[in-house]
Amino acid sequence: MAAQPFEHLAQSGSVSGPPSGGDYFLDRTFRGIAWFSAALILVLVAYIVLEIGGKALPAMSRYGLGFLTSTEWNVQTEQFGILPQIWGTLYSSFLALLLGGLFGIAIAIFLTQDFLPPRLAAIFRTIIELLAAIPSVVFGLWGIYVLIPLLRPVANWLHEVAGGIPFFGTSLSGPGLAPAALVLAIMILPTVASISVDALRQIPYKVKEAAYGMGTTRWEAILKVMLPTASSGILAALVLGFGRALGETMALAMLIGNSNQISLSLFAPANTLAALLASSFPEAGPVEIQALMYAALALLAITLIVNAVGLAVMKFATRKFEAER
Amino acid sequence: MSAPDLVVESQLHTLERTPGGLLRLQRSPLEGRALKSGILTGLTWLAALIAAVPLFSVIYMLFVEGGSRLSWETLTALPPSAFDLGGGFGNAIVGTVVMVGLATLISVPFGILAAVYLAILEPDSRLAHTVRFLAKVLTGFPSILAGVFVYAIMVVTMKSYSALAGGVALAVLMLPTVILAAEQAMAMVPKKMKDAAYGMGCTRTQVILQVVLPTGASGILTGVMLAIAGAAGNSAPLLFTALFSDYYLSSLTEPTASLAILIYNFSGMPYDNQIQLAWAASLVLVLIVLVFNILARLIGRQKY
Repeated sequence: MAAQPFEHLAQSGSVSGPPSGGDYFLDRTFRGIAWFSAALILVLVAYIVLEIGGKALPAMSRYGLGFLTSTEWNVQTEQFGILPQIWGTLYSSFLALLLGGLFGIAIAIFLTQDFLPPRLAAIFRTIIELLAAIPSVVFGLWGIYVLIPLLRPVANWLHEVAGGIPFFGTSLSGPGLAPAALVLAIMILPTVASISVDALRQIPYKVKEAAYGMGTTRWEAILKVMLPTASSGILAALVLGFGRALGETMALAMLIGNSNQISLSLFAPANTLAALLASSFPEAGPVEIQALMYAALALLAITLIVNAVGLAVMKFATRKFEAER
Repeated sequence: MSAPDLVVESQLHTLERTPGGLLRLQRSPLEGRALKSGILTGLTWLAALIAAVPLFSVIYMLFVEGGSRLSWETLTALPPSAFDLGGGFGNAIVGTVVMVGLATLISVPFGILAAVYLAILEPDSRLAHTVRFLAKVLTGFPSILAGVFVYAIMVVTMKSYSALAGGVALAVLMLPTVILAAEQAMAMVPKKMKDAAYGMGCTRTQVILQVVLPTGASGILTGVMLAIAGAAGNSAPLLFTALFSDYYLSSLTEPTASLAILIYNFSGMPYDNQIQLAWAASLVLVLIVLVFNILARLIGRQKY
């Protein structure tokens, strides 16, 4: 601290003045701590991947890639495979995305394209956001005691009438894929809706005015101008919603039936990776824990990839508009 | 205003003239394009109404099934065993509050400090970009994997399920929410306020502590409240970190009850008493989550 050009100010009694040696020390320390906290996230993610990967290593060397294609989960014979769970995870998330995505985008359009006066739109947006605040277990409970009894007669009628179609190949006796996917759709709807709303709001107003000025009807403007313009943002919403569905645990563990089978039927019980972890982990022995760690690693890989893709698409979408402005 | 009649008749044959001679530009609602638009509008309204049904159904069930069972006893008593009547979930409420509190204590300081780095210190460094990306990835991280991770690092080494492990697992899930919200709040602090402070000879630390943090406080607090609301409702990571307990918490290193796990456990039981308690516990849990959500909204509204 040899050069202190403002030294005289320090004695002048002014509010402003050069930082003292103590200030410099505090500044360095504080910035060091902040840097450390930021770096901690990096360490945390690396630690999560390494820890789960490390614990999965014994199972990986023992079962190899066959683990991903085997359908057996037998604790007695120590035969483990997660193909039914991977199938159930992807199938249930896909069904949820189909429904939740459709409704989510419809709601995003409903909220942004002047269907409601602004104040009512704000209230409706709050309702959708509250949907996101309801805990997963509560949806599970609701699914067991409200949705399944409601769904069962419809499902069984469909099975009787159209049992030849593989989707209705079984009857719904209790928990099953259909109620699980429905609840999942409700849970990802707010994610899809809110990201799509942001994407639609980013479109400069003049784009919409130009479309209306050409004489389009409201829906021609939406379908041919607004949605294509917001398409990458909406795609990101769908991918991130899918990612959320893949990792959802409690509601699924309560509703999907935890049965390790691969079936196209919407009414058959199934299983997902997250539900497998939730239901087997607490009572698992050491060998099964290793297999579960392998399953956890598979879930981690799937969700990390899906989320990274979603974020990349979203980044691309925002960048596009920043360039246009 | 006399438009050439030729054009009107050849191209815009559906347009009529008003008595004043002006073109009537309104579309007939039965015209093909307008009809399609009208049908789609109707379908959108229908979709919006259907989407709101589950929320109201859940709320209705919570108040009817859970509200009727809510009493001082259910809020304070211990969970009943299989065939017992009565009982409650006082220990689960305490467990949830303690574990969410622990998670807040761990995640908020680190989260805000990391956000300081991202928003003020080095917003464009490679570390900042990486951390921002990872934080966003972590918001979509399956919560059950946080449980698996903490099981591996804490439950195995401490050889016991504990409230501490539950708190750490919830902290892992709260951290990205806190970081991203705090970063956004701090980035919104006007540059001239910071420049004024720098001009007075403040160090960066003084600017952050005395200008940026107080100015961004409401935004940061909103993020913290939302993170708490999320953590309170989250149960998957507690399944095999805190497990469950039928008794009140007496130390942080023993298995601990939580509302979410109680609901999960009781929902599958064949006894009416337990199922009623699961609904009542759901009502309490949803109310806790809603209170923090509403707090977040109120705090956020004051400022912006």
